[in-house]
Amino acid sequence: MGENSLHVLKGIDLKINEGELVAIMGSSGSGKSTLLNIIGMLDNYDSGSYDLDGIPIKDLNETKAAKYRNKFLGFVFQSFNLINYKTAIENVALPLYYQGIGSKERQEIAHEYLKKVGLAKWAEHLPSELSGGQKQRVAIARALASQPKVLLADEPTGALDSQTSEEVMSLIKKINDEGKTILVVTHEHEIANMCNRIITLKDGVIITDINTQE
Amino acid sequence: MIFSKDSWREIFDTIKKNKLRTFLSGFTVAMGIFIFIILFGFGNGLQNSFAKYFTDDKVNTIRIYPSSTSLPYKGYTANRTIEFTNQDLVEIKEHFKAQVKDIVVRNTRYFQIKYKEKSNNYQVRAVSPGHKEAEMTIIMHGRYLNEGDITNRKKYAVIGRLIAQDLFKGKNPIGQYIFGSNHSWRVVGVFQDEGGDREERTLYVPYTAMQEIEKNNDKIEQIIVVYNPEMDYAASVQLEKKLEDFIKKKKFISPEDNRGVYISNTGEQLENSKNFDWLLQIVVSFIGIGTLIAGIIGISNIMVFVVKERTKEIGIRKAIGATPKSIISMILHESIFITTISGYTGLIFAMIVLKLIGNNLEEKYFISNPYIDTGDAIWATVILIFFGALAGYLPARKAAKIKPIIALRDK
Repeated sequence: MGENSLHVLKGIDLKINEGELVAIMGSSGSGKSTLLNIIGMLDNYDSGSYDLDGIPIKDLNETKAAKYRNKFLGFVFQSFNLINYKTAIENVALPLYYQGIGSKERQEIAHEYLKKVGLAKWAEHLPSELSGGQKQRVAIARALASQPKVLLADEPTGALDSQTSEEVMSLIKKINDEGKTILVVTHEHEIANMCNRIITLKDGVIITDINTQE
Repeated sequence: MIFSKDSWREIFDTIKKNKLRTFLSGFTVAMGIFIFIILFGFGNGLQNSFAKYFTDDKVNTIRIYPSSTSLPYKGYTANRTIEFTNQDLVEIKEHFKAQVKDIVVRNTRYFQIKYKEKSNNYQVRAVSPGHKEAEMTIIMHGRYLNEGDITNRKKYAVIGRLIAQDLFKGKNPIGQYIFGSNHSWRVVGVFQDEGGDREERTLYVPYTAMQEIEKNNDKIEQIIVVYNPEMDYAASVQLEKKLEDFIKKKKFISPEDNRGVYISNTGEQLENSKNFDWLLQIVVSFIGIGTLIAGIIGISNIMVFVVKERTKEIGIRKAIGATPKSIISMILHESIFITTISGYTGLIFAMIVLKLIGNNLEEKYFISNPYIDTGDAIWATVILIFFGALAGYLPARKAAKIKPIIALRDK
C-alpha cells in the first residue's frame, strides 16, 4: 500500500503502510470517527490531501465515491448494518452485485468468504437468526468479498460481549496476517492492544502514535 | 443496468422478501383503480338510466290533452269539460297536414286481461297505427295495427313482450285470443320497447274497436302530433303555439285560459334532458378526477413511507458501493413494477364487478349497465402508475443523496 497522508480537523499527518493493523483511539469528540469517515470516503475534507494507493481522493462526486468505496474499501460497523431481509450469503454477495459480477460467480465468491469467517453452514440464514458475533462475521465477510485495499472497522466489537469481541478481533488479526490493511476505531484498550499500531486522537490532533511491536 | 436481468432479479428478490410493504403499496394502487372504475362506471350507469327513462321516445312529438276550462268565453261558462272527437282529429289533420308527419290517437285504459286461467291487470292503449312510430315500438313477432284494423274496428291486440311472457309462458301468442273488458281480442303481434318494463306490460288495440265497445262513442283523450325530425326546437315551439290557437278557437276556449287544453312538446323535454345529461357528465367526471387524485395521494404517501423505511438499507447499499443512480433506479423499478401489476389487477377486478352488477341495480338505484370505456380505464391506470413512479422518484432521489454516514447513524 502506498502513501497515506492526510490533514484532518486540526492537522493530522498520518501514513499507513500496506498490511498494517492500526487502532485509532480516543474519547468521543476526539475526531476518530471523522477521520475514519474521511478515509472511508463517507465524508469530505476541506483542505489537505488524501491519497489512497497512489490515487488522490479529492472532490469526488457521489457516483465516483460510490465506485471507489466499492473498489477500495470494506466497511465493518458497530451495529453490523446487514440488510435484514437478505440471507447471510446474499448480504455478502451484495458488493459484488454493485461491481457488476454475474450472479453465479457472486454466489461462489460469497460462499468462499463465508467459509473463511466460519459461517458456511449459516449461509441461508437471515441476520435475525444469527448471534451478534455471527452477524459481525457476516459483515466482515461482506467487507472482504469485494477484495478491498483497506478494511475499515468502526467499533467492530462495540455491540459484542468480551468473549465474542475477542473472537471477532482474532478473525480481524487473521485477515491482517494474510496481508490486508485494517483500520479499527475503538475506545477499548484491550481491542487496541491487539493491533500493531495505536494512534490516539484528542481534540483533532494525534497525541500518541505507538508501534506495539517495537 | 436498467434492463439487465440481474437488476430485475435483485428487484424481484426485494419485492418477494418484503411482502407486507409490497402488499401495502400494491393494495393502495389496486384499490384506487378499483374505486375509480366502479364509481366512474356507476356514473355512466346513471347516465344510461337517464337516457333510458327520459329520452325513450326520441321521435319529436307534441301531445295534446283536453281538460276543463277555467274562464268563461263566448257564452260558455267556466269549468266546461273539453273533449276531442273523431271529427276534431280529421279537422286537425286536414289543417296541419303540410307541417306534420302524422297525428295519432291514444286512449288509455286499465283492465284485466285473461288467457286461459292466467290473468293480470294491464295498461291498454287504444291507438291509431301511427302510434308505433311516435312511441318507437319495435315489433318482435307478427305485426302492428294497420289502417284496415281501424276502419273495420277489428278486435286485435298487439301485446308487450312481458305480457307474452306473463300469460303465454313461451308459447307463441300470435293468433291466440285473450279476454278483456268482456270481449275477446286476437293477438296479432308482440312488441318490445326500450322505455322499460312498464312499457312492455302494455297492449295496443285499435281505438275504433275500443270506442265501439264503449257504447260506440267517438271520444279521443289524447292526440299526439308527430312532426318532422328536421324541424328544430324553435320551429316546433311555433307549431305548438299554432296547434294551441287552432284548438282553442275550434273549442271556444278563451285565448287567455291556461287550462282547457294542455300541450306538451317532447322537443322541450329533450332540450331539458340534454342539459341534465350534461350536468350528470360533469358530476361523473368530477367523481372520477376526485378518486384519481385520492388514489395518487394514497400512493404518494405509501411511497414516501417506503423510502423512509428503507433509508438505512439505502445507506448500507451506498457504503458498499451503490451509486445514487442505481438506488433511484432500484426504487423506481420496484414502484413501477408493483403499481403496474396491482393497477391492472384492480382494473380487471373492477371491470368484472361492473359486468356482474349489470342491470341488477336498475330498479332500486337507478343505475343501469354501469360500464367504463376500456380506453378510459387504461388511461386512468397509466396516470396512476405515472404518479406512483413520480411519487417514488422524489423521495428516492432525496434518499440517494443522503450521505451513507447519516443514513447509518445509530439511533
